Amino acid sequence: MNPGLINTGKKLPMSRNQMLTFAAACIGLALLFVFDATFDSFTMQIFKLCAINIILALSLNLINGFTGLFSLGHAGFMAVGAYTCAILTMSPEQKEVNYVLQPIVPWLAHVQLPFLPGLLIGGFLAGFIGWLLGVISLRLRDDYLAIATLGFSEIIRVLLTNAQTVTNGALGLKGLPRFTTMWWAWGSAILITVFLVFLIKSSYGRAFKSIRDNEIAAESMGVDVFGMKVLSFTISSFLAGIAGGLLAHYLTTIDPKQFIFLKTFDILLIVVLGGVGSITGSVIAAIAVTISMEALRFLDGPLNLGFVATTGIPGLRMVFFSALLMVVVIYRQQGLMGKAEFSWDALARIGLLPRRGPKSGKGGR
Amino acid sequence: MLSIKNLSVHYGGIHALRGISLDVPAGKIVTLIGANGAGKSTTLNSIIGLVKAGSGSVNWNGRDLFGARTKTIVESGIVLVPEGRRVFPNLTVDENLTLGAYARNNRTEIEEDRQRIFGLFPRLKERHKQKAGTFSGGEQQMLAVGRALMSKPTVLMMDEPSLGLSPIFVGMIFDIIREINATGVTVLLVEQNAKAALSVADTGYVMETGTISFSGSGKELLADDRVRRAYLGET
Repeated sequence: MNPGLINTGKKLPMSRNQMLTFAAACIGLALLFVFDATFDSFTMQIFKLCAINIILALSLNLINGFTGLFSLGHAGFMAVGAYTCAILTMSPEQKEVNYVLQPIVPWLAHVQLPFLPGLLIGGFLAGFIGWLLGVISLRLRDDYLAIATLGFSEIIRVLLTNAQTVTNGALGLKGLPRFTTMWWAWGSAILITVFLVFLIKSSYGRAFKSIRDNEIAAESMGVDVFGMKVLSFTISSFLAGIAGGLLAHYLTTIDPKQFIFLKTFDILLIVVLGGVGSITGSVIAAIAVTISMEALRFLDGPLNLGFVATTGIPGLRMVFFSALLMVVVIYRQQGLMGKAEFSWDALARIGLLPRRGPKSGKGGR
Repeated sequence: MLSIKNLSVHYGGIHALRGISLDVPAGKIVTLIGANGAGKSTTLNSIIGLVKAGSGSVNWNGRDLFGARTKTIVESGIVLVPEGRRVFPNLTVDENLTLGAYARNNRTEIEEDRQRIFGLFPRLKERHKQKAGTFSGGEQQMLAVGRALMSKPTVLMMDEPSLGLSPIFVGMIFDIIREINATGVTVLLVEQNAKAALSVADTGYVMETGTISFSGSGKELLADDRVRRAYLGET
């Protein structure tokens, strides 16, 4: 397991793997600085979206991949986080400008919090609603749970559309401050990734996976199956709420239509492509899908394939992803990574890394 | 001693257990035999708390465990190897064993027990980093038993441990049951393989449609005409 200490004259209190991780972290951090300084604003927007999608994919994977509960309510939790954070951080003047049909309820009119508390409160509220929904619906299984959570996310959307004096209804909220800088987006993504890596390795993570693998066996080992399901669901909702808050202040405009159930399927696509039950897979797939969504934008425009020419079909790039999803489901159901995770030892096993001594580590987690 | 009195279980409208009573003395091997649907598995599942019994009592060394949570029951020293093996297929042998010790906290003791179980099942040690889903049926049953032992039980309950195993593994499983019992662990065994079960058991109970029809020592039951006709396929 431990390939021994690296001898560089004097003994270092670090294993090879720890040194590689440390090196990779430094390289990653340096890259972030370079990107921050060199990316133009368009590239930066996509780069930030990668981070937000990583959080969304990881939070959905926690519940679907690691705990084995088929939940489709993610768009709802994002919406809760996004709206809470947006309303709490908006300035009173902005609120007056936004709420044109009916003024905002008085107790929210003069609230203005900084970004971090707004983001956290959004996350906690999403987590609380997740806990509540979990307590009610986690007695259900499989398709039934999927239907219940899907219904929940539609309820949230309808509430947002109709609670005119709180959410400004279908008009949405515009002109939100652009709080989501690269550091906020990637900082949160990295923090959450590290948190989940430790969570999955902990006894909680093992309990989640045991429930996924065999509920009855888990229960007969003394695992509190229901409690653990609710815990996993709550954490997942909290993280989705955080991602929602980041997304709101990334787009600077939100309205209820953004949180239709199709949003959940976008995230599910990432999770399935990356591997249901793999943190590494979700991270890689989130980045790949986000970039491809932009790179394939030409498909939506006019195309001339020689034998057929189109004048531009908006949404054609989504057909590409649908086709890709079908191919994956038929030929590689486990997705990119299956349930495997990145590790330096695995990299060494497949020969991409010398078995002993640190040469250079590629950036990444 | 584990003492069950008048235990009743309903599944919806079906009366699965109609007030059964049985005693499992410390250090002994007790077996429940009977046909499919007689209520053998239900008995074990309701002792461990997976199935909530309607009425009756489960007394464990003077402690009332009726209606207690599974975790409490496992902590008190009773554990179940569920029917059909039910290992965690995507987890490694090590992780499966660690989950067996879920209700325990002392890490050094847990590690000692892991080594003890590796001693009992050398095959598990060889493949401790492998995923359980890649194992054969017999190996999975070894793992399921090893996992149950990780909870450091005083009473080990096993539900059909020989089901679907090759004859060699069936023999091994019964050897292991004797071996575990020899270390002082009480065993409550549910089996369809009545002959093998009765030959290792100190006491046997015969179940029919949710009741216990009669009981006796393993040897007595093996010689009993009713048992021979109904469960041993003799005329």
